[in-house]
Parts: sequence; C-alpha cells; structure tokens
Amino acid sequence: MARLVVMGGGVSGHTAATFARDMLDNDHEVVVVTPNSNWNWIPSNIWVGVGGMSKEEVIFPLAPVYEKAGIDYRQAKAVEIHPEGNKDSDTPYIMIEYTDKDKSGEREELTYDYLINATGPKLNFGATPGLGEGTNLGEHTVSVCTADHAEHANHELNACIEKMKAGERQTFLIGTGHGMCTCQGAAFEYIFNIEHTLKEAGVRDKADIVFITNESFLGDFGMGGIHFKMGGFATSSKVFAESLYAERGMDWILGAHVNKVEAGKVTFELLDGTIDEQEFDFAMLIPPFAGVGLEAFAKDGSDITGDLFAPNGFMKVDANYNAGAYENWKASDWPRTLQTPAYKNIFAVGIAFAPPHFISKPMSSPNGTPINPTPPRTGMPSAMMGKAVAQSIVDMINGASEPTHTASMSEMGAACVASAGKGLFSGTAAAMTVYPIIPDFEKYPGTGRDLNGTTGELGLAAHWVKHILHFVFIWKAKLKPGWTLIPE
Amino acid sequence: MASKHLNHIEPYSPQFGTMVPLSGQKFLRTCVLWQIVRFIAINIRMTILILKSHH
Repeated sequence: MARLVVMGGGVSGHTAATFARDMLDNDHEVVVVTPNSNWNWIPSNIWVGVGGMSKEEVIFPLAPVYEKAGIDYRQAKAVEIHPEGNKDSDTPYIMIEYTDKDKSGEREELTYDYLINATGPKLNFGATPGLGEGTNLGEHTVSVCTADHAEHANHELNACIEKMKAGERQTFLIGTGHGMCTCQGAAFEYIFNIEHTLKEAGVRDKADIVFITNESFLGDFGMGGIHFKMGGFATSSKVFAESLYAERGMDWILGAHVNKVEAGKVTFELLDGTIDEQEFDFAMLIPPFAGVGLEAFAKDGSDITGDLFAPNGFMKVDANYNAGAYENWKASDWPRTLQTPAYKNIFAVGIAFAPPHFISKPMSSPNGTPINPTPPRTGMPSAMMGKAVAQSIVDMINGASEPTHTASMSEMGAACVASAGKGLFSGTAAAMTVYPIIPDFEKYPGTGRDLNGTTGELGLAAHWVKHILHFVFIWKAKLKPGWTLIPE
Repeated sequence: MASKHLNHIEPYSPQFGTMVPLSGQKFLRTCVLWQIVRFIAINIRMTILILKSHH
C-alpha cells in the first residue's frame, strides 16, 4: 500500500488528488491537506466582485466531495516537510496543523510515500506598506483573490455607485499592488467588469478609471506579451490591450511599483525612477505572491529549507535555475516532470513550483527597485500539471522508476477567457489562446510562439464560453458524472 | 466628415497611439448570429490547443 499526500486543494491540488484517486487501486491511499473548507472557482470571483454572482455560486464544501471519492481530507495546513523521516524512522512525513474549529492548532505527523506540493501562493499583502498585514488584506483597498474578498469588494463598489448616483465623482484604481506581482489578468478582468457595471448602473460618466500595473507595456501579462494573427499582421497584445482601454476611456500607469498605500492614495515608483501618487475612492490592488512558508528538515533535524525551496518560498523542481541573464533564457529551462531533484517522491505543481526565471524581461528602476511581472501559472496550466504529476505518481506506485508524464509550460498552451463584462447578450470577454506559454524563439523564430495557436478576440461568444466554463469546471470539481472526460 | 461612432481621443495621449474599433466591429462583437459562429470557432480553437498540450 502506498500513501500519496497532496498539500493544497486548489485547482492543481484538487486535480492531482482526484485523478490519482480515480486511477489508483483502493488499497492505496490519497490524502489532501488543505486549510480551506471550501473549494473556490477563482476565475468567477471577478463576477462576485461586481455583484454578478453570489459568493455561494463560486464555492462548495470539500468534505462531502472527498468523502464520496474516498479521499482522506484533513482541514489543516502543512507546516514542515521531513523528507528523510527523523532519528527514529526513515519514513518521510509532513507536519500538519489543523485549521478546522474542532482541532484548531493541533499538530500531527502525516507520513507519505509520495508528496505533491500544491499549496498555491501566500497572498503577500504585507509586502506593500498599507496594502495589508501579512496575508491579511488592509483597510484601504479591496481584493478579488478570495470569494470573501470579492464579496467585500462588491459591497464597497455598491457604496461608490450610490455616491455617484447622488452626483459625486469617484476615482477607481485597479491593478497590481507591488512591483513583483503576477495575475495581471485578474486585474484586467476586474477593471473591465467595473467599467461595464458602472455603465449598466448609469453612472459611468461620474467615474475616472485608472489601471496601474507593474507591466512595462499593457498586454505583457507576465508572459512577455503575445502576438496574435490579426488583419494580416502579427499584432502585439500591447495593441490589443491598449485598444480595449482606449475604447472604454480608461487611463493606465505602466511600470509601477506601488510602495505605499494610504487612505485614498497610493504612492508608486516608476521604471524611470520617478515617484508619483494617485488618489482613489475605490482601489483593487493585487498583492504579490510568495510561497506559503513551508520549512524542511533533514533526518538529523537540520534545516534544509534552502535545498528544497527557492528564496521566495516556491519549491525547486527539475528546472534550470542557473540560466543566468535574459539573453541566455531558453524554453528548455522550464520544468517538465515537476519532480524535485533531491527527493524523487516529491513534486510541486501550480503556483507552488519555483519558476527558473521570469518570462517577461527583468527590469528595474534606476534606484534598483525591481519592477517586473512574475510568471503566471494558474488555471489551465496549473490543472494540467496536477494531472500529469498524478499520472506519473500512479505509474511510479505501479512500478515505474521515473515520472512518465510531463507538463512543461514550454510545451503546453493556455486558453484564457478574460471577462470584460457580464450579460447574456451585453457581456463580452477576450478569448485568448497562447501556444506555447513560454516563448520558444528557437522553435518559433519571430514572435516565439505558434501564430496558428496564439489568438485573441473580444466578443459576446467569449463571454458565453467563460460562463459555460464556470458551470463545467464546478461540475468537474464536484466529481459529477463524466468529470474525467472534461479537459483541464 | 465627422466620425459619429468615435468619442473624442485627446491628441498625443497614450490612447491616441493605438487602434480603436469602429461601429462595424463593435456591432459584430455583440451580434448574436455572428457570435454563434465565433462561439463554435473559439471552441474548436481551444480543443485543438488542449489536444496539442497534453503529453
């Protein structure tokens, strides 16, 4: 009998655990350790944040799903990894700390044969003074990172709309809250949904809407930009994105590191080193991500956290972490099996793995402040990694000596449907496909990507796709009939 | 002749340096019949992408 422990129950962890459970014989065990009691379809948080959906529509309780699937579910957070066991035993284990109300704070050792780190990010609000404390959102801004945050954001938005209906002008500031943020796509979706909602409420003329981003150009998305085939040209996502903002009368601030948030005002440093301020009545600023702070210990109790994890807390896997300068970066630097080099029974998927380097070109201000979008690895790639690693582990449990499946971001594409406003006939979204995610200039000279697989268009059809995907992926996550047939 | 379908764009502002959609493009974005065609096209495109991405 083998035991697979999955740390994290988000998109990648849930995918890995459920596929592993489906593929493994019943004499093997699958355990999920996650501090959350609910599963959240995060892409729809955007709609909760503008009142287009309720919080209850984007979450469901995990316990009944795991009980039905035969997965051992522990509502707890993993705090330590002991990959060599301890002085009394060679069996590797993790230390978990329960978060459910009955056993809150209790610690337990949980042994494993295989371990998947799918812990996702720590929402590092504390990295920017005034944005929050540690992982807690502060009082000056809102967030759509969790369903609770999004619900709160909608409440604040409604308060602004009431003021605007009373004749008051309001400034909306949406974007990234630090120079090292990822997930610009979420901010992109939220600003367009805000604009759409204000228009529907009849108060758009009372709003100034500003996008602030650490991207050096609109449409970088942490992927160094994308080129689409459009009207006979290979057109940059810069043009595509700028066009959308210009059409809707929204301003943008580029290459910004927000270094302080106060009531109604942010201070930021730009790539040219200048310091500026922007006032706001409503601000949604994405926090930077970090690893969740897991520690690792050797058999003798010595701290080996630095061996397993990069300084930002993400887990090192089979990537090339010595690629050096931007000019030397290659698509092959990116991990394929997601296996840790030191311990063949440990894997990391989704946001939890340490990227070898950025995708976008690293930039910093003359003052030395890095202002650079970090690589996105959420959604479809995250789920594909979870499934591939689950398949590898199942094969290894059944006798394979090495991982049998790969999920390299340099060999996979991503489909992204970014909402620009909700409505059965009035909604729009940007449907984008990119292949591969990591540009490969050796294979695809020119733009680094396959122009036949890299596309983008805005329209109602893309909104329908996004809305349908909401139901399809929640169906899949609930393991309802046919769930294994639904692609990641 | 005035372009009634365009709002004023401040010259030399960042918005002035990009393309903006005209009325025909805007109409097509929410034209149900055309969007049904695009819905099928997007789904085919994404299916191909998914098939290419699984190893």
